[in-house]
Amino acid sequence: MKQGCWILAVLLSHWRRHPLQLTTLMAGLISATALWSGVEALNQQARASYDRAAAVFGGSRTAMLVGQRSSTFSQQLFIDLRRAGWQVSPVIEGRVRIQGRPFRLLGIEPVTFPAQAGTVPAIGKSDLKSFIAPPGEALVAPETLAALGGTEGAVFRADDGGALPPFKVQAELAPGVVIVDIGQAQRLLHLPGRISRLLVDNIRNRPPPLEAVTGDMLKYVAADSETDLERLTDSFHLNLSAFGLLSFLVGLFIVYSAVGLAFEQRMPMFRTLRACGVSSRTLNSVVLIELLVLAIAGGLIGLVCGYLIAAALLPNVAASLHGLYGARVSGALVLGPEWWIASLAMSAVGTLAASATSLLKVIRLSVLAAAKPYTWQQSQRRWLGWQGLMAVAMLVAAITVLMVGGSLISGFAVLALLLLGAALALPVLLEAVLRIGERNSRQPLVIWFWADSRQQLPGLSLALMALLLALAVNVGVGTMVESFSKTFAAWLDGRLAADVYVNALSDAQARDIEASLRARPEVTAILPSGRAEIEIGGWPAEVLGLADHATYRDRWPLLESQPNAWDNVKAGEGVLVSEQLARRLKLRPGGRLDVSTPTGIWSLHIAAIYADYGNPKGQIAVDIDAFRGRFPNLPRTRFGLRVSPGKIAPLIDDMRREFRLDESRLSDQSTLKLESTRIFNRTFAVTAALNTFTLGVAGVALLTSLLTLSHSRLPQLAPLWALGVTRRQLAGIELLRTISIAFITAMLALPLGLLVAWCLIAVVNVRAFGWRLPFHVFPLHLAELLGVAMLASLLAVLIPVVRLMRMAPAALIRIFANER
Amino acid sequence: MLDIQNLTKTYSSAQEHIAVLRGVCMYVSAGESVALTGESGSGKSTLLHLIAGLDEADGGSIRIADTEVTALGDRDRAAIRRDRLGLVFQQFNLIPSLTVADNLAFQSRIAGRHDSRWQNELVERLGLGNLLERYPEQLSGGQQQRVAIGRALAVRPPLLLADEPTGNLDEATADDVTDIALDLVKRTGCAFLMATHSTRLAARLDRKVRLSTGLIS
Repeated sequence: MKQGCWILAVLLSHWRRHPLQLTTLMAGLISATALWSGVEALNQQARASYDRAAAVFGGSRTAMLVGQRSSTFSQQLFIDLRRAGWQVSPVIEGRVRIQGRPFRLLGIEPVTFPAQAGTVPAIGKSDLKSFIAPPGEALVAPETLAALGGTEGAVFRADDGGALPPFKVQAELAPGVVIVDIGQAQRLLHLPGRISRLLVDNIRNRPPPLEAVTGDMLKYVAADSETDLERLTDSFHLNLSAFGLLSFLVGLFIVYSAVGLAFEQRMPMFRTLRACGVSSRTLNSVVLIELLVLAIAGGLIGLVCGYLIAAALLPNVAASLHGLYGARVSGALVLGPEWWIASLAMSAVGTLAASATSLLKVIRLSVLAAAKPYTWQQSQRRWLGWQGLMAVAMLVAAITVLMVGGSLISGFAVLALLLLGAALALPVLLEAVLRIGERNSRQPLVIWFWADSRQQLPGLSLALMALLLALAVNVGVGTMVESFSKTFAAWLDGRLAADVYVNALSDAQARDIEASLRARPEVTAILPSGRAEIEIGGWPAEVLGLADHATYRDRWPLLESQPNAWDNVKAGEGVLVSEQLARRLKLRPGGRLDVSTPTGIWSLHIAAIYADYGNPKGQIAVDIDAFRGRFPNLPRTRFGLRVSPGKIAPLIDDMRREFRLDESRLSDQSTLKLESTRIFNRTFAVTAALNTFTLGVAGVALLTSLLTLSHSRLPQLAPLWALGVTRRQLAGIELLRTISIAFITAMLALPLGLLVAWCLIAVVNVRAFGWRLPFHVFPLHLAELLGVAMLASLLAVLIPVVRLMRMAPAALIRIFANER
Repeated sequence: MLDIQNLTKTYSSAQEHIAVLRGVCMYVSAGESVALTGESGSGKSTLLHLIAGLDEADGGSIRIADTEVTALGDRDRAAIRRDRLGLVFQQFNLIPSLTVADNLAFQSRIAGRHDSRWQNELVERLGLGNLLERYPEQLSGGQQQRVAIGRALAVRPPLLLADEPTGNLDEATADDVTDIALDLVKRTGCAFLMATHSTRLAARLDRKVRLSTGLIS
């Protein structure tokens, strides 16, 4: 044990004498762990929030009975079903406003609440009496209570005057939800004797068929193991995870590089240790322990950084998830022990994986072999041929997966294979370029420049690969975001064609509003619309009813259409289908689509496909009159308005005053656009931040490689200095060499990045979201990234070059003195 | 202390087999210093490596005190080096990240036989008193070799092996280093086997054996 400690102390003494190398290694470990753990923290936080939401949804994880015709139904059906042997529990759901804020109010019946429906039963069983008996309890998440500025036991009133029971905190609940006894909820929602759904407990005895008890009033919805939220947000999290893993990989490049050089420099030390009587097993064990100590130390710091990154990105992620999918993610970062353990384990496994080659060398160490400095770099050169072959194999595999695979995972596999193949091909391509340069040179110093650059290539290739990957991903994601941004703006103009959107409280109010608007000359068109939730091919979808008007005919974002598409729709025979639904169900213009409606199956001719970016559901659009005929019981409360320019704001003010409509029922196009753009920007703010981090890590990788190499460069530079080349000239050559290699790498990264963008747009996005963006190239963005890459390279090379310029002649002379 | 019988070693490559040692027999008694001479490639270093258990013999026997080295596995050979041998190399082989003091103490510490008083004595005799906090790269060749000798003797080994310890040193420094080594060998009573090209230095040891074409002549 004592012997092991001494050996460990000796091994660690190397890092004390080479703090730069230690910094390099730690930088790699910390950045790899920080970015991976940060992204995982975000994912974990979001998943925990979904679970909290699922706990109160009593939703898709529990089987339930819902109304066939309306959103609520009579409580009598619950009594009938219980009497018939159905183990059901009633839930009523609605919205209440407290202090002007909207909250989701859930009324439950705790005695019959099914055990598998979530954490709510715990509430009922422990404090049943206080929950049911007056004044009762309103269960809320800590965030909800904090948002209202109250303490536990506080009593709030709804804005319409209804008194809520005293508030009690329940940590498992989702923010924005208030749970009360069903009787209280019916009172607060002004829905006495009504319920929204019946949760179905595990059916033990075989109850009579549902239709025999309730007729066609209710329908059975089976339980789903994955919540809607989880399914909808999977793609978002997969994107985040892919970025986390990429950053982790780039960080490990630094670790590989630092460990490789450190081990190579310590080979003579390892041999001396063996000569002094340290057995091979002891040495290997202590080396392994040393690596684990470093991995855990770096991992711990990385974890703290990861936590900070996650905390910084969480508001944007939460806003994105809320904006895109309506998912509420808690704003406070709470991480379980599994996150800490998994992140440390990733750090340790990553370090060992990155150090595997070096460890293998120590294990196979021959105590008598002469110490050959830089054999690590030489052996890298031997790998060049193999690397080329592997690159070709990866690229062939990428093409194969692209042709054969159809899932989102296979889409990411194509990206991964493409990036890895390109990274492996990079040193081979650089070697070829440098060899051509060498062959075409005549001046001795120029020939040396090319030859020396080739010699440096193995030591630099990992950092250059990291730069290539980071830059290509930046170009790829940047191009995708820019393409999205450009398309999104035009698409919003098409989709939000009306100037004002109205959703009246009732049909009667809608009629009043319409009558009032007809008297206003600034309203140039009233466009009635409708919306219904249905299922098409087992996929949640919505039907839009559109008025036949130039507003839509001229602007609706059609991607493919049949001749006379709009006339066909107006006739009530044609349907416009959203791109994601068309892709999912393999629908084409000219085909037919059967839609299940309350009045029977509606067979429609597919007139066109239109873009519906960002909508996780499928959507179809039909003529409003035909829509109302097929969905006769739906309220006719929605319409859009065309208003003369400059008259929109006064019109809205008047309508708010006259009809008491809030923002959720009356909104203008510009506010909606602003909100949509804000959601869009916040969504991609996360991507942009991760992009910057990855490029930063690649810059650090290049810097650390150059710094570690600068030490081993002296024996190659000293003879030139002795022959009359000044230190300033040598520094200039070093600068030129690194910048040239980085430039060639960046130039290769640009087309690769565009290929990545194409993959993201044409493969990953289509498989993740169901829609495909038009592909645009943004030369200015490419030039900007090229500039950033060159600046990062310049900064990275600056320290070693300045150090060389200022190097004392004695340091160069020592090279000759040490020669044997 | 050291008894070698019929030791053989052949290096093989795809093209040829080179018999470096072809039945070497020799001994070194406790307290005796022996110079091992011979031309380059005569097998001096190979013989020392085999004695130290750094390499494995093809045949024959090597006994250090009562232990048959050729019968031992890697772990036990490492233990012999740690506990009973002092090794001095031409290239010094100091640990660059440790100070002179730590280098001196290294072997005795991992052997669990560190003796501060003895180390202080060695420091004084080796003239390293004002160099203890320096690192190897800050020392001259002669100073580095004195540290290497100190490290080898700190464990008070019964056998000290030195492979061309003065090969990298000028004549005066080589004489100085040899003087110190012989003095310390005498003081510790250990057996000393030194491979050297220099007939002048070899003459200063108790006995001289010459290795030629793989045999002791």
